[in-house]
Amino acid sequence: MSAALEVENLVGGYEPGLAILRGASISVAAQEIVVLLGPNGAGKSTLVKAIAGLVPVFSGLVRLGGAAITSTPAHLLIRQGLAFVPQTENVFAGLSIRENLELAAGLLPRPLRQPAVAEMLALFPDLAAQPGRTAGRLSGGQRQMLAIARALVVGPRVLMLDEPSAGLSPKLVGVVMEQLRRIRDRGVAILLVEQNARAAVAVADRAYVLVDGRVAHAAPASGLLDDPAVAELYLGARRPRPPESAA
Amino acid sequence: MNPQFLVDGVLSGAMIGLGAIGLTLAYAILRFGNFAHGELVSWGAYLALLLAAGIGALVGQGPALGDLTFGLPLLLALPLAMAATGLLGLALDALLFRRLRRHGGEIVLVIASFGASIALRSLLEFLFTAQPRYFTTDIAIAMPIGLGLRATQDQLALMGVAALLMLAMHLLMTRTRLGRSMRAVSENPALARLAGIDVAAVVRATWLIGGGLAGAAGVFLGITVQIRPTMGFDLLLPLFSAAILGGIGSVPGAMLGGLIIGLAEALAVPLIGAEYRAAVAFLILLAMLLVRPTGLFGGRA
Repeated sequence: MSAALEVENLVGGYEPGLAILRGASISVAAQEIVVLLGPNGAGKSTLVKAIAGLVPVFSGLVRLGGAAITSTPAHLLIRQGLAFVPQTENVFAGLSIRENLELAAGLLPRPLRQPAVAEMLALFPDLAAQPGRTAGRLSGGQRQMLAIARALVVGPRVLMLDEPSAGLSPKLVGVVMEQLRRIRDRGVAILLVEQNARAAVAVADRAYVLVDGRVAHAAPASGLLDDPAVAELYLGARRPRPPESAA
Repeated sequence: MNPQFLVDGVLSGAMIGLGAIGLTLAYAILRFGNFAHGELVSWGAYLALLLAAGIGALVGQGPALGDLTFGLPLLLALPLAMAATGLLGLALDALLFRRLRRHGGEIVLVIASFGASIALRSLLEFLFTAQPRYFTTDIAIAMPIGLGLRATQDQLALMGVAALLMLAMHLLMTRTRLGRSMRAVSENPALARLAGIDVAAVVRATWLIGGGLAGAAGVFLGITVQIRPTMGFDLLLPLFSAAILGGIGSVPGAMLGGLIIGLAEALAVPLIGAEYRAAVAFLILLAMLLVRPTGLFGGRA
């Protein structure tokens, strides 16, 4: 499989000289879900934000479909096919569902805009039921769906999501993950940051465990959580906890 | 009581509204209260004065248009002065505010805008002296317009132009990609970037539009009253009151807020005397902040 997104030795962070990412290397292929796991503070969110152009990169390389996109401003990346759904404030709360989608679709040539919006409404029936509703009044699950739909409107090759399950009930987490699986099957490469390792690993094809801003472990997702080496990495950087909270 | 205050109030309200649009957009998109916005009003008037004189020198002053007190040169100078004032706002941002936005917080920007306000006002006094100037010294004669009201042709024409500008602004904000982008940036700049919006371009558009409308307000004020270096600064409190009354970030709010402030000020003159006119905007501002700080149109608190 050719890599849709490749990251090589990425070093970066919010403040100059204060690297949070210390040489992270990952890749995501088309039609693949890859999950980034790791203890708090490992740099998972920072890595996707650096790829998305929201956190400064000091050195290293990011390639999208083979073309270097390192340090490209965020507003240009979406035009090149890289979409990012942040963890919080990921919809325009003051705009309606339709306006959120239309705003994102504005990057497309005019004749393609309405079909693209209609396609997203078809993909997310929950949103189609009330397109005029203000995004700020949606439930957590609906809001997450809108955030994903907004990112997908322009038909990106790569979709990155920062903790899409945060704040959702277990049932809704399942719905979101199922939706991601369907999006993957449309050919999109998905890179996912998740605290909810069990839910993420259930839909992911591969996983990276990030520790201290570097990839400490890379493996197929199935059976990952039973791997003692992963448990060691994942939990080693945390305070000791009772075993039942390990997931 | 004599309803004549309605004419003065609506016109001065329209001028306040036009000025307040730029202020409310700057607050919502650039995230600071720009105390130099009043100076854009003054500069708009002086730039129009220069441009009208220049056009007059090129093509001749010509006669006044119909029953108006001004001629073609000022009419042509209006859009040019609006554009020039917009460019002045853009220059102010490039030289000062953009640099400060990178490091400083809101309070740094506010204080810097105070400095810019003083500098721009002093520059006007240096260039044009503190003596009042006039676009024209012709006397405008008020004529009955029905309902027992009287208005000059100048007043009627300016109300018409102000209404057109407000309509254009409303369509821009609701119907165009730029308008939607401005709303998106005002709500969430980081997400706007992710949605492919060039935030720097939206900021430039905000200065151009806000400066242009402030310039128009300055020309209107210059036509109906007089042109002084402090004319915009004196308008600052009503501008802020209108923006907050309407709800920060809301363009229709700023227009409505301007009309309410303008009418209230005009109503205050026969009721409590002209010397307390300026206090009215302040009282409305205070009342609004206490009762409904998000404004009529529910903008950001």
